[in-house]
Amino acid sequence: MGNPMGPHSAALQRIVTRMRDTEAAGRYVLVTRIPYQEWGLAQLSGQRGVDVTLLEDQVFTSLEDAERAVFKMRWELITGTPLVLD
Amino acid sequence: MLEKKIAGYSDEISVAPGERIRFMVSCEPGVDRYQADIVRLISGDRQPSGPGYRDELLQTSVSGEYPGRSQETYCGSYAVVPDGPAFDALSDLSLQAAIFPTLPALRRACIISKMDIEAGCGFALWTDPADGLVLQLGDGDGGLREFTLGQALVAREWYLVSATYDSSSGEVHLRQQLLDSYARDTSSGEVKHDSKGTAVVRCNAPLLIAAASREEARGKPVGEMIFNGRIERPVVASRVLERSEIESLRSDAVPRGLRTDICAAWDFSRAMDTDDIIDISPNRAHGRLINLPIRAVRGSNWTGDELDFNHAPDQYAAIHFLDDSLYDCEWDADFELEVPADTPSGLYAARLTAGDQEDHISFVVRPPRDRATASLALLIPTASYMAYGNSRGGIEFGNELLANHLAVIGPEERYLNRHPEYGNSMYDNHNDGTGVCYSSRLRPLINIRPTHHWLWQLSADMHIVEWLEAQRIPFDVITDEDMHQDGVSLLERYSCVMTCSHPEYYSTNMWDAVHAFTQRGGRLMYMGGNGFYWRVAYRDDKPGAMEMRRTEDGSRSWASEPGEYFMAFTGEYGGLWWRAGRTPQSLVGNGFIAQGFDHSSYFRRTADSHDPRAAFIFEGIDDEIIGDFGLIGGGAAGLELDSASRAYGTPPHALTVATSEQHTDCYIRVNEDIGHMLLSIGGQDDPQVHADVVFFETPRGGAVFSTGSIGWSSALFHNDHNNNVSRMTRNVLDRFLDPTPFA
Repeated sequence: MGNPMGPHSAALQRIVTRMRDTEAAGRYVLVTRIPYQEWGLAQLSGQRGVDVTLLEDQVFTSLEDAERAVFKMRWELITGTPLVLD
Repeated sequence: MLEKKIAGYSDEISVAPGERIRFMVSCEPGVDRYQADIVRLISGDRQPSGPGYRDELLQTSVSGEYPGRSQETYCGSYAVVPDGPAFDALSDLSLQAAIFPTLPALRRACIISKMDIEAGCGFALWTDPADGLVLQLGDGDGGLREFTLGQALVAREWYLVSATYDSSSGEVHLRQQLLDSYARDTSSGEVKHDSKGTAVVRCNAPLLIAAASREEARGKPVGEMIFNGRIERPVVASRVLERSEIESLRSDAVPRGLRTDICAAWDFSRAMDTDDIIDISPNRAHGRLINLPIRAVRGSNWTGDELDFNHAPDQYAAIHFLDDSLYDCEWDADFELEVPADTPSGLYAARLTAGDQEDHISFVVRPPRDRATASLALLIPTASYMAYGNSRGGIEFGNELLANHLAVIGPEERYLNRHPEYGNSMYDNHNDGTGVCYSSRLRPLINIRPTHHWLWQLSADMHIVEWLEAQRIPFDVITDEDMHQDGVSLLERYSCVMTCSHPEYYSTNMWDAVHAFTQRGGRLMYMGGNGFYWRVAYRDDKPGAMEMRRTEDGSRSWASEPGEYFMAFTGEYGGLWWRAGRTPQSLVGNGFIAQGFDHSSYFRRTADSHDPRAAFIFEGIDDEIIGDFGLIGGGAAGLELDSASRAYGTPPHALTVATSEQHTDCYIRVNEDIGHMLLSIGGQDDPQVHADVVFFETPRGGAVFSTGSIGWSSALFHNDHNNNVSRMTRNVLDRFLDPTPFA
């Protein structure tokens, strides 16, 4: 988690790739709130013409923090348990 | 600006001093007025480490406030045939066509219509999600009678459909026949109805194919309920045709015995390089296509023996209609500029501002048409801008696997998503899944903006403009379209022509012009990656439109159907230039080999770089490592990479003066260079995944310098332009502007 933008080890990249390879509908994206400064988490609709769904409680001031947060959310979604790091 | 509300486009992309250009603007509610100014664009990248946005105001009569208004866009393709004597004999009626519906379950869609709804006269033949074929007939008294077949159509299958109405017996006969044969087919069938009263099929309305219409706008019927899919050989007849007669009209001529009764029989295989649809009946009730449906597509009788529509046009008598295609928004102009006679050539924009809202409608002022005003020309890749314009991948898919990080969605992407009617990029698919093979610049291209946060095409090319401005090097600006129209004579006025960062799409005229320029002593600086890759076509009678087919292979987001590799605009074979025997490597020394979008890398000097012929390139540079910095991904070797290859045509005397290394596994070799699938295709394992900086001399004292990477220009700004990428580029440019011939 110290280098969320990569490059990652081959093993970690394999996990990250699996996490990123989701259906378009519901895929997490970052929506600009203040250009180059602040982003909100959102989910794609997967349908042309239908806006993203903003997750109002998830706001980030760095892209790295956003990657970490989404990694944790996806980890919990896939494994069913929260990610606990030493 | 959390929500974008203003956008526009211009009727021209390149104008000379003294010429006129019109600007069309549409505003969403909340923008009642906006300020417009004409500015010369200096730089665009607003990221904190970038040069920021800068422009210079051009004093023109445009500057001022304008009322904001919303302008309507009518997308979707269909054909219009004016009413005329061809249809006077209608009392009995037969309609028929072969159809290939691609979205039959979406909603009701119109195959052919000629209907005056208020008067209650005319006819319309539909596909219905549940009932299949539906015929509507006017009752002559403001109402419609409707007759359904009652069996749903299967998507992406060819059917012969027909509907007849006998005014004396009142019988309506509907038939839909699957042209392939499947066991347990339940979609074919026929049904007879009693019309229970006289129908009035004659009306004064225009006839539409692939749409119905209730209103006119901008001088033509507005198409609604547009049919997605292919229609072939539609026929209107003034008597009830027998089944054998209906079958006989599937050929490319109207049988002699039917000529008295056929109102119109359109053969879409004719005049394929136009918007015309040709009626082969004696009535010659020709029509016009709206919004660029796809021509030169396989018909119901395609055998697979012939892959080129030019050789077997009768097997290509279908047109693929789409409910989201668009040629021209046809908005009313908000303001017009007559380019002042003394305007220096450059990259300009109509800058629109309203509170925190802004938009830049960029255009080029080329030098006067009879001369150059500098020794250097910057060639703006407007064909590539059109190919990428309104790319929807970010908002629709997130492109997360391409970039290996979360996608960032700005107000621009959400605005584009709110406006599907602005059409798609050539990287997208139509609503029915068909790849987008036509583009147009006569609509807002939301991502082709100098300040767009996705640094790609124009926004990335601003790094080159910013560098040239900072170097105080005089330069003219010309475009792909100028070069397509004027040929090499335009380029020959310059000592040096410099490309932008990603000149990927080339017409034959453009390729010929660049090649001839390099062969006649010209100096070419190819400042990007993945250039000269896809072949495109323009049509002289269709300004602002462009065609492309994604054939055989290549790095691509969709693929053309088999047998549809030739372009309707010109009849030329589409796809990769390589497949037409013209490799990028033979033109500029390197060609597309790999792409990735996470981290950019750097170049290392090679043994070739110490060849005396390359000494001028490295003057004042002691570094072995070149470009380990940059505004896109942190390096000069990034995004899309080109490498040298003798096998692909790199000139034998070319010098590879620097080679990139240490690319991530996100960088993967292009599929057209992969035979067997091997484990080693990523940047960490595959030595082919690298960019080469190439230099070679050309005949008559000319030369080519190719950077091999889209990321190159993003490194120019680093350290206030004091860096080895900037120095190399400057060294080459100075030498290329020096008239002393290369050996």
